[in-house]
Amino acid sequence: MAEKKKGLNLNRVDMPRQDPKERIKNFNEVALGYTEEMAVAEAERCLLCKKPLCVQGCPAEVKIPEFIALIRERKFIEAARKIKETNALPAVCGRVCPQEEQCEEMCVLNKKGAPIAIGRLERFVADYEAKMGAVEKPEIAPKSGKKVAVIGSGPGGLTVAADCAIMGHEVVVFEALHKPGGVLVYGIPEFRLPKVIVEREVEYIKSLGVKFECDVVVGRTVTIDDLMEKEGFDAVFIGVGAGAPIFMGIPGETLKGVYSANEFLTRNNLMKAYLFPEYDTPIKVGKKVAVVGGGNVAMDAVRTALRLGAEEAHIVYRRTRKEMPARAEEIENAEEEGVIFNFLINPVEIIGDENGWVKGLKCIRMELGEPDESGRRRPVPIPGSEFIMDVDTVIMAIGTRANPVIQRTTPDLEVNKWGYIVADEETCKTSKKGVFAGGDIIRGAATVILAVGDGKKAARAIDHYLRTGEW
Amino acid sequence: MFKIVEKKDWHPTICEMWVEAPRVARKHRPGQFVIIRIHEKGERIPLTVVDKKPEEGLIRIIFQKVGKTTWELGTFKPGDYIADVVGPLGQPTHIEKFGTVVGVGGGVGIAPLYPILKGMKEAGNRLITILGARSKDLLILEDEVRAISEEVIVTTDDGSYGKKGLVTDALKELIESGEKIDQVVAIGPGIMMKFVVKTLEPYKIPCIVSLNAMMLDGTGMCGVCRITVGDEVKFVCVDGPEFDGYKVNFDELMSRLTVYREEEQQALERFKNAHPEIFAGVE
Repeated sequence: MAEKKKGLNLNRVDMPRQDPKERIKNFNEVALGYTEEMAVAEAERCLLCKKPLCVQGCPAEVKIPEFIALIRERKFIEAARKIKETNALPAVCGRVCPQEEQCEEMCVLNKKGAPIAIGRLERFVADYEAKMGAVEKPEIAPKSGKKVAVIGSGPGGLTVAADCAIMGHEVVVFEALHKPGGVLVYGIPEFRLPKVIVEREVEYIKSLGVKFECDVVVGRTVTIDDLMEKEGFDAVFIGVGAGAPIFMGIPGETLKGVYSANEFLTRNNLMKAYLFPEYDTPIKVGKKVAVVGGGNVAMDAVRTALRLGAEEAHIVYRRTRKEMPARAEEIENAEEEGVIFNFLINPVEIIGDENGWVKGLKCIRMELGEPDESGRRRPVPIPGSEFIMDVDTVIMAIGTRANPVIQRTTPDLEVNKWGYIVADEETCKTSKKGVFAGGDIIRGAATVILAVGDGKKAARAIDHYLRTGEW
Repeated sequence: MFKIVEKKDWHPTICEMWVEAPRVARKHRPGQFVIIRIHEKGERIPLTVVDKKPEEGLIRIIFQKVGKTTWELGTFKPGDYIADVVGPLGQPTHIEKFGTVVGVGGGVGIAPLYPILKGMKEAGNRLITILGARSKDLLILEDEVRAISEEVIVTTDDGSYGKKGLVTDALKELIESGEKIDQVVAIGPGIMMKFVVKTLEPYKIPCIVSLNAMMLDGTGMCGVCRITVGDEVKFVCVDGPEFDGYKVNFDELMSRLTVYREEEQQALERFKNAHPEIFAGVE
């Protein structure tokens, strides 16, 4: 198709979303996705740069201009396959990647404030392909005769599994929970990432020949040494995430009505507690809920609380809006839904009633001081400014850390002082021969796409190791 | 999917199963537990592994029917499948030769106690065991415990078997009889464990307890099982389930177990209404 000569089109095509008044009553996906016409219109804006910067911003190395060019030609299925050449999880990444900090930030049109909506386009073609029932497997290399164990079925593990399978290796994924998907299943809510999409991506990876064994807690049910010495695995990838919740260590955290965000979200997402009593797992949300934290997990928790019927849902954050690590889009969604943001306050105590239930959250006001090592201005408490927030539920969403179960049972695996596994940045190789690690377990809680990026590097390094024996 | 191969009803409300779970059977050590989910809509609950046959890939579980999940599991028959069995979870019991070990088990707490006592026996300890139940028909594992214990004292609340009274009465009597006790292992309801520790306190006899906290994933991911032990907050699923009884805040443990009492009641009522036949004739 001939390129039309035209000026810059800065009208980024909006993606329809459910009305805020409606969507806080349901768990359906908030974003509704582009129509074909919208997708083509957005793709038309792309300048198809000769030296595309967007690709440099993508840890999954997606061939962005190529797939956008195919959308322009209405070759949507071909576009989806183009993405899948490098990223097995386009429907997931199109939804939950922070594109504004990655591909879209690099887009030349971002300088004009209207980057191409790469994420929305990615999601559109992935959904289109699935809707058409046209999902096709890539070509799979001849069998190598080598076996790869992937521990953890989150985004990193799924990527390694898919890539290693395509490279001809036999892959088994071990998952501790009863369902594959890791954080995509237990952590990210239905309204942001419908679970059928995760299931679809997992089915696709199964179709590549990957086997999944759930209910296996590596470190307890079986050790890495067992896998390599007794079960014949030639290489192991550890992608278990940073799943252990952090509490603040303030008085009152064992009161009833206090949750970790992990617990609150797992009950709801993995166990479907929002469908109780049809599903057996209960969840309790009070009338006034405070979620402590400013990241994506905090947004997920507070928006879940609203949907479960909380009358007031608060974010309690010790810095200001500017320092919040959550995606701008998620903060806006939360605001539209009526979440109340409380900045520059920090909890110091959770107050309980005579029966052990939360009845208030004692906070202290903060002000911003000098920047700390993260470059954000450090919040400093203002003496004597304590006050009590009237809440009956408190959800701690202040981060997670490494779960030590694998490291404890694999003595020759080097970990750093925070308990994260030490791995080479380029190859994901650990201190133990044949063992690779990537995603949150090597760097601490981060994003889906960084885990995908590690997965890609690890798969290449695993393939090299299995074919050459070089370590 | 995990196949049930054998089932035994100790009582209309207490059930035992042997389940195919080869990986768990291979790795299980005394003190560890599993998390099960009975079907696609089920919740995840922790259950004790009472025994195992690694060569046959079997584990033995015993549970009391208290809520919807355990009542429903009680309807499963040999040949049926439990959707998920994951484990073994938690830290194994620290077993060594202490000398004289007294086991105190209350109700279905006898189920987790038995494998620990077996381990203690194998390590060369002399065992005295106190078993408590509300009444004779609710007493489990008596023969098996007798087979490994030098002495077994049974107490029942209603006096229908053994001594009428509580395990703490029997424990106090035992101590006062001059028996030199090196270690106590107490497992049962929170209130029982709390008072066992209180009974032992004047004599400074060490006591291990195993906590029956609420759990979700069982792998240290959610923290619902957290409990104050000494000055620290611990996760029962990964740091426990066993702790030094002197350090456990039992009131907190018991309080936290009531978080979902209303919902549990609601789920059970709903299940009763849908399946009245299961509950026919059961008090």
